[in-house]
Amino acid sequence: MKRCASIQAGSAFLGLAPTKPHYDVIIVGAGGHGLATAYYWAKNFGITNVAIIEKGWLGGGNTGRNTTIIRSNYLQDRRPRSMKGALALRETLSRTLNYNVMFSPRGVMMLAQTEHEVRGYKRTAYANALQGVETRWIGPAEVKRLVPIMNIEGPRYPVLGALWQARGGTARHDAVVRGYARACSQMGMHVIQNCEVTAGVESVGGVVSAVNTTKGTIGCGKLGIVVAGHSGHLANMAGFRLPVRSVALQAMVSEPIKPAIDCVVMANTVHGYLSQSDKGEMVIGGGADHFNNYTQRGSWMHIEETVRALVETFPMLSRLKMLRQWGGIVDMTGDRSPIISKTPLGNTFINCGWGTGGFKSIPGSGWAMAELVAKGEPGSLARDFSMFRFREGRFIDESVAAGVAH
Amino acid sequence: MLLLTCPCCGVTAEETEFANGGEAHLKRFGPGSTDAEYEAYMFARKNPRGVHFERWRHAFGCGKWFLMARDTMTLEVYGAYPAQTIEPPAEIQARIKSRRPEWEGYK
Repeated sequence: MKRCASIQAGSAFLGLAPTKPHYDVIIVGAGGHGLATAYYWAKNFGITNVAIIEKGWLGGGNTGRNTTIIRSNYLQDRRPRSMKGALALRETLSRTLNYNVMFSPRGVMMLAQTEHEVRGYKRTAYANALQGVETRWIGPAEVKRLVPIMNIEGPRYPVLGALWQARGGTARHDAVVRGYARACSQMGMHVIQNCEVTAGVESVGGVVSAVNTTKGTIGCGKLGIVVAGHSGHLANMAGFRLPVRSVALQAMVSEPIKPAIDCVVMANTVHGYLSQSDKGEMVIGGGADHFNNYTQRGSWMHIEETVRALVETFPMLSRLKMLRQWGGIVDMTGDRSPIISKTPLGNTFINCGWGTGGFKSIPGSGWAMAELVAKGEPGSLARDFSMFRFREGRFIDESVAAGVAH
Repeated sequence: MLLLTCPCCGVTAEETEFANGGEAHLKRFGPGSTDAEYEAYMFARKNPRGVHFERWRHAFGCGKWFLMARDTMTLEVYGAYPAQTIEPPAEIQARIKSRRPEWEGYK
């Protein structure tokens, strides 16, 4: 309780009103990605005349709604470049922010339950070795040794092995967002909650000049849009369209039980993933809905699908009661890779399209976005992730690589 | 769980019987078009918060494609209509307008 109280006391840094009529930079969206962007501006470029505006409350969007998994076992070269950096940053994040983000490198296991996945993950393991990302292919016996509660026999989808990343794991999502917010605030930036962009984005001569919010018009030199599922909505206000669809992705937690599983397991064929929180709750995630949706609650069919899949793989889950279920709105691009890009509106930048895999990329995404906005041109991290890559046919196709949206 | 009615066979069923096919009323740009037009047709989407016109297929029923007006904020279905329709029918547009007066219209 004392600890909770001290975290609450630390919330004094969260302003509720803009105190300046004009900022050098405004970021829309005080989620993990937006705050990380602001943080690395101050750290890497010395920009602190910044407001980060948030329509809801801190950590109330996708940052507080994910299943906290961190991994970097991607197939495509361009993706690990940012992810690997993110993982390394993540390992030192608690120290950097002086805020315990409870990073727990407990290992992430991606199950192969079809022959195609076996081939795919072996290929990914080789690709990761070339990229310098530590992953390895493990057989069913080792899967069983690492996760004794797993039924590897099937019958429908027997476990044929897994891609194992020992450095992956989980982190406390609220702590990540609060840690960044506190750090930003301490460096003189304004984190403004309950401030929604409502009446659009103002521009002069094709260059952004101000945003109209529920707390009045705020002038800005540059604008960063980092609003995940609501990117399409903001883009419409700024006068352009994105190659993005917003759909609901949901998760749930069970009643707390004794420690039963000490790593993260992802089963992509049957669409379910599982880890156990420090409180003992089984944290369960599944597939995204297929239709456009902004309701922040998912479809019952996906709960059923996810639970059915996990009960087959983890029979001991069948008697557990689920405590909570919730949804978040994820922005899916056509190639399931993110967008960190200039936009058709001058001095306006967007960071979106992280789909179902945003949380793990927060530090790397913030780093890349900070460089893009500060310099006006993408650096080596962001260069491949332009929103114009679709026009040019330069996809970074991770949906095929992983066999699953993420 | 969405409950949808197929305008082709008239069956009302849960969403598991249907497959979503993304935004409707896209104008196809093919050979001879500019890069920007082709990109807009292939990738750029309205992705609106609110009224959305979209394609659905009664995949595990009659198998037919149809179009639907649905609200992405409330999940309310305003109506379904045949796939061979260039614009949303007037009565569906009127229904949307009566339910959401602030709606800016189909375009």
